[in-house]
Amino acid sequence: MQATMNLDAAFSALADPTRRAILARLAKGETTVMELAKPFEITQPAISQHLKVLEDAGLVARRVDGTKRPRRLAEAGIEAMDQWLAILRKALDKNYDRLDKVLASTEQPKIKRGEKR
Amino acid sequence: MSRLTLKTEGNTHIVVTRRFAAPPEAVYRAHTDAKLIQKWLLGPEGWTMPVCINDARPGGKFRYEWVNRDGSGFHVTGEYLELEPYGRIVHVERMHLPDPTPDNHVETRFDTDGTGTLMTLRMTLPDAQTRATMLATRMASGMEASYVRLEGMI
Repeated sequence: MQATMNLDAAFSALADPTRRAILARLAKGETTVMELAKPFEITQPAISQHLKVLEDAGLVARRVDGTKRPRRLAEAGIEAMDQWLAILRKALDKNYDRLDKVLASTEQPKIKRGEKR
Repeated sequence: MSRLTLKTEGNTHIVVTRRFAAPPEAVYRAHTDAKLIQKWLLGPEGWTMPVCINDARPGGKFRYEWVNRDGSGFHVTGEYLELEPYGRIVHVERMHLPDPTPDNHVETRFDTDGTGTLMTLRMTLPDAQTRATMLATRMASGMEASYVRLEGMI
């Protein structure tokens, strides 16, 4: 159930507007923490803290490049979230497909005998 | 082709739209008549709703109880705030897991769309954190069913 726990963390991570902005920036490409901090009116340690939350949630990955630790979007994390949204959509679809049938059966009496549907 | 759309809006909203072949009056009834609700508001495969109490009038309460094949379950309680036949319903609801989740404020609109209905469900959660948790929770319960269905298909 590791995937489930990561997903909880992923959605919690996305609840914060700064973290969503960080992800939006990373969607444009890999970048350093210093570059990431520039557009935000918060300190670099605060950005690092947000990045840690995003990394723990599996949404952001880092690599080692000399003394730098550039961050990028973790494809697996983003894809997992897309899949889960698709699954929620499927669950709702299931409900409303049933409702279609309920509606079709309650409409039935209005159709005259012998008339084609 | 899915006729359903699902999107988040701002920090606290979730908006779902769906088209139905039936007129607004019929879709509205299917949302307010307990006997009809019990037939479709079941979520994932394998769940049933043995208890469906629904007092569809302003101030009226509702209680839906679901159980899974393995006997586990949960329930939702809520109150109706506004009912405008056959165009609009406003209610609040919360899931009991068993502790109650923060209130989800839901406005459901039924607009005439050709010979059918365009339904727009707009949920408002107290804050972004609650919305995120709710999405994750609903997805968690939806995933199990999807896997069960997949097994059936493969």
